[in-house]
Amino acid sequence: MLLSVNDLAVDYGAIRALHCVSFEVNEGEIVTLVGANGAGKSTTLRAISGLLKPSSGEIAFEGRRIGGIAGHQVVKLGIAHVPEGRQPFAYLTVRENLLLGAYNRPQAESGAAMERVFKSFPRLKERLGQTAGTLSGGELQMLAMGRGLMARPKLLMLDEPSMGLSPILVREIFDIIREINRQGTAILLVEQNAFMALQVAQRAYVLETGRVVLAGPAAELLRDPKVKAAYLGE
Amino acid sequence: MSAKQGRAGVIALLTALVAFTAVEALILAGALNLYWQQIICLAGIVTISALGLNLIYGYTGQFSLGHAAFYGIGAYTAALVTRSIGGRSPVGLLLGLAAGALLAGLTALLIGLPILRLKSDYLGIATLGFGIIVKVLLDNSDAVIPAMGGSRGMSAIPKLTSFVWVFPLALLAVVVLRNIVYSGIGRALKSVREDELAAEAVGIDSTRYKTLGFVIGCMFAGVAGGLYAHLFTFLHPSNFDFLKSIDVLLVVVLGGLGSISGTIVAAVAWTFLLEGLRIVLPPAVQDWRWVIYPLLLIIFMLVRPGGIFAGTEFRFLRPRK
Repeated sequence: MLLSVNDLAVDYGAIRALHCVSFEVNEGEIVTLVGANGAGKSTTLRAISGLLKPSSGEIAFEGRRIGGIAGHQVVKLGIAHVPEGRQPFAYLTVRENLLLGAYNRPQAESGAAMERVFKSFPRLKERLGQTAGTLSGGELQMLAMGRGLMARPKLLMLDEPSMGLSPILVREIFDIIREINRQGTAILLVEQNAFMALQVAQRAYVLETGRVVLAGPAAELLRDPKVKAAYLGE
Repeated sequence: MSAKQGRAGVIALLTALVAFTAVEALILAGALNLYWQQIICLAGIVTISALGLNLIYGYTGQFSLGHAAFYGIGAYTAALVTRSIGGRSPVGLLLGLAAGALLAGLTALLIGLPILRLKSDYLGIATLGFGIIVKVLLDNSDAVIPAMGGSRGMSAIPKLTSFVWVFPLALLAVVVLRNIVYSGIGRALKSVREDELAAEAVGIDSTRYKTLGFVIGCMFAGVAGGLYAHLFTFLHPSNFDFLKSIDVLLVVVLGGLGSISGTIVAAVAWTFLLEGLRIVLPPAVQDWRWVIYPLLLIIFMLVRPGGIFAGTEFRFLRPRK
């Protein structure tokens, strides 16, 4: 097992955002957390990547407890977090953004890592000298994912990659997610676009107001009448 | 390094050498009186100090209103060292400058660790508070170290600073800063400025880099302060109050945040403008300097809000492709 989360609880001040969330991600898997706005999907990712401190519960990566350690150290262990809203370094160039992604890797590797990123996202190569702030929404998503991949993670966590993108671009991004996974990177995908997410993932968890309410193979959830009614608009 | 950019660097160094020789020749020939020599040196000193603040604010994004405190720490420390060594040896000045830079850096480390957790305005207020504390300590310094003179000021500092010292040190400051900001360290500093959370998310220890930028920037101020002390040979706590921090901030913003070229040009222009107005204006309207100069600032910021260089650089300061 690559990542396991047990009874995770997170508070924002006096407000409990996550109650008792448990799930796991195996090597080579795509796992998705789906749920409505405010269900606690992003909070879960932020707790895993060390940007938030868990109030209780346990997070283990490759058998090692990582709950509560600093964000920059989590990256070194092999978890890359592509945050919601992409969070580019807007005034830095695409190249600088990518190089920052490889911050904890030996400098000699960065050239090869960048070539790999260009294979998935050829558009980034054309934009190399541009500042990130001048990119379109789709390109920003590519940059954010490319920046995450530069760290050569074992687990790539994607937070709402489809947000604000056109249907064609969403499909393109999801194809790339599949391709990245095929090359051996496990993926934890958080999405409001449940339909797309359930199609690409092997397993899924449904979150509601900070709790896991449903779990199972993605294909099954896709057929589940409750899921259909609540998230797929049928 | 591309050939074009490499050539620009060589030309820049040669230009610097020619400028240095020309000014030094004028000084030796007696064409520039002491007053003008002092102003030229002051321009270089302001450049060094402002480059430090640009590293802190322009590149790392940490808003500091306490720069003059570190300038003061450097000045008093260097003066104490050269006075206790005695004589007028250049080695003494070198030791003094090194001690000033070290103490300024060490102080920055000690206060930076707790206060750099704060952001923007709050950090500004915290650094402002620190600046006021330093000023009060300097005002009462004679209680502990009589030689520092407290609110009477510290005098009898040997006059060791000259153009021969200021120019190479300013040049060194430019080269050091340029090499920092275009290295991996510089990239990390800028990522912290852009988005601290995203920086953490790619594995950058933001606390460490904020502190690093702050400490190095304050060491620049320490060196500048040491040069200042041995240029005017008299130090008074009021030379280091928070208005002096604002002066440096003005230079950095005026030149353009995150632009080395901008800081150099603004530091020199600002120093000469203040003195130039003193000469141009008839004695009766001297006090209008303090109206004309802020007005110029307002107009300038309206016309060019990004500063003189607005994030760009002279070619020789640009990174290699």
